[in-house]
Amino acid sequence: MKIDVHVDTKGLACPMPLVKGKKALDKMLPGQIMELVSTDKGALNDFKAWVKQSKNEWISHQESNGVHTFLIRKG
Amino acid sequence: MTTILEHGQPIKMPAEAVARAIINQLPLFILDVRNSSDYDNWKIEGIRVESVNIPYFDLLEGVDSALPLLPTDNRRVLVVCAKEGSSQFVAEQLVALGLSNIYFLQGGMKAWSEHLEPVRIGALESGGELYQFVRLGKGCLSYMLISGGEAAVVDPLRMTDVFEEFAKQRGVQIKHTLDTHLHADHISGGRRLAENNGANYWLPSKDAEDVTFHYHPLDEGNQITVGNTRIAIQPIYSPGHTIGSTSIIIDGKYLLSGDILFVESIGRPDLAGNASDWADHLRTTLYDKYRALSDELIVLPAHFGKTTELGEGGKVSARLGDLYATNPGLNMGNEDAFRLAVTTNLPSQPHAYQEIRKVNMGFIQPSAEEQREMEIGPNRCAIHD
Repeated sequence: MKIDVHVDTKGLACPMPLVKGKKALDKMLPGQIMELVSTDKGALNDFKAWVKQSKNEWISHQESNGVHTFLIRKG
Repeated sequence: MTTILEHGQPIKMPAEAVARAIINQLPLFILDVRNSSDYDNWKIEGIRVESVNIPYFDLLEGVDSALPLLPTDNRRVLVVCAKEGSSQFVAEQLVALGLSNIYFLQGGMKAWSEHLEPVRIGALESGGELYQFVRLGKGCLSYMLISGGEAAVVDPLRMTDVFEEFAKQRGVQIKHTLDTHLHADHISGGRRLAENNGANYWLPSKDAEDVTFHYHPLDEGNQITVGNTRIAIQPIYSPGHTIGSTSIIIDGKYLLSGDILFVESIGRPDLAGNASDWADHLRTTLYDKYRALSDELIVLPAHFGKTTELGEGGKVSARLGDLYATNPGLNMGNEDAFRLAVTTNLPSQPHAYQEIRKVNMGFIQPSAEEQREMEIGPNRCAIHD
């Protein structure tokens, strides 16, 4: 899968992962994919809840050694 | 008020101040900015607490949409999130719009979950005292019995430093720590508190069959004394919530009922195994064994479910005789009706309850941060929500 935009929010706590992720998505074209990396566990559920109510699409989530990586397709 | 205008900053409110407001029934308006599923699952409650939920991610581009939901009177508005950052972010924007009386919760719901409020229950014979520690955020209750320079702590919580500090302030040495049963909703501080203070850790032997550590059996007939004034701790085997659940009578006056009997409900029998196997034990304990005890005993449970159960100064207690008149769990008709009520349509289980049991048995040793995370949410140990 082609990643269009990488957003690294490692070390940042809420609300920054969402603030940065949302800002990046705002600049993307529909269909493009964002990969966001976060060490804040709480950001995962918040992102899921936010994506659900937005036009964007949740693709996947992976966790390794406390680093969460998720993919979101811009709607 | 002037502080806000001069500095243009919201005020950080510690969990302790929130606890005081709830106990003293002061008005408080809460804007909870966590995601809606976290809010629906668990939130700050109080008789005069009003709360609304708007996730912070809906307020990233401006907080205007929150304004119509905020109070028009002069109540304090407390913004709450999981850890602190998002609530501060939202509170700062509210202040920037010119609102005053805006606060945010220091340390978020994590700090709220860990705050303990000590409340004096009363005097014991020969000069001793009994204290209850109210964990408002999770609905857990611990006890400290003090007598003749010594202390015993019943159902101590993970925040062992609170008990140590309290004992130090009163110049007493913690000699015993006791768990009325193997807990499933929170991580016990009993073992660590005993180790740190050279005290004995007591646990009912029937709940301790698989544990990996040394303990003293908290079994009926094994009386424990605290201090030279001989305050007696009398264990009463009272299975039902777990097979080993043991109640404690102190000084012939107080009944520490663990998770068997609460003020407005009774313990659920399904967290440690098979609900239907233990439903009959629970009924026998509540309808026969407790019934034979004095109506005058003051019931002191290990949990509460609703803030309506908080009495004067925040304490949770009731006269046993009164509970037989008012508690729905003690008025459930015949055995079949009782069995149905305690085994079906139970609320969802406490968060991470299976892992929490493993921690309390000594099987796993998660980090402090992981333990904190496991304990998120309400206790959910009663059959009623």
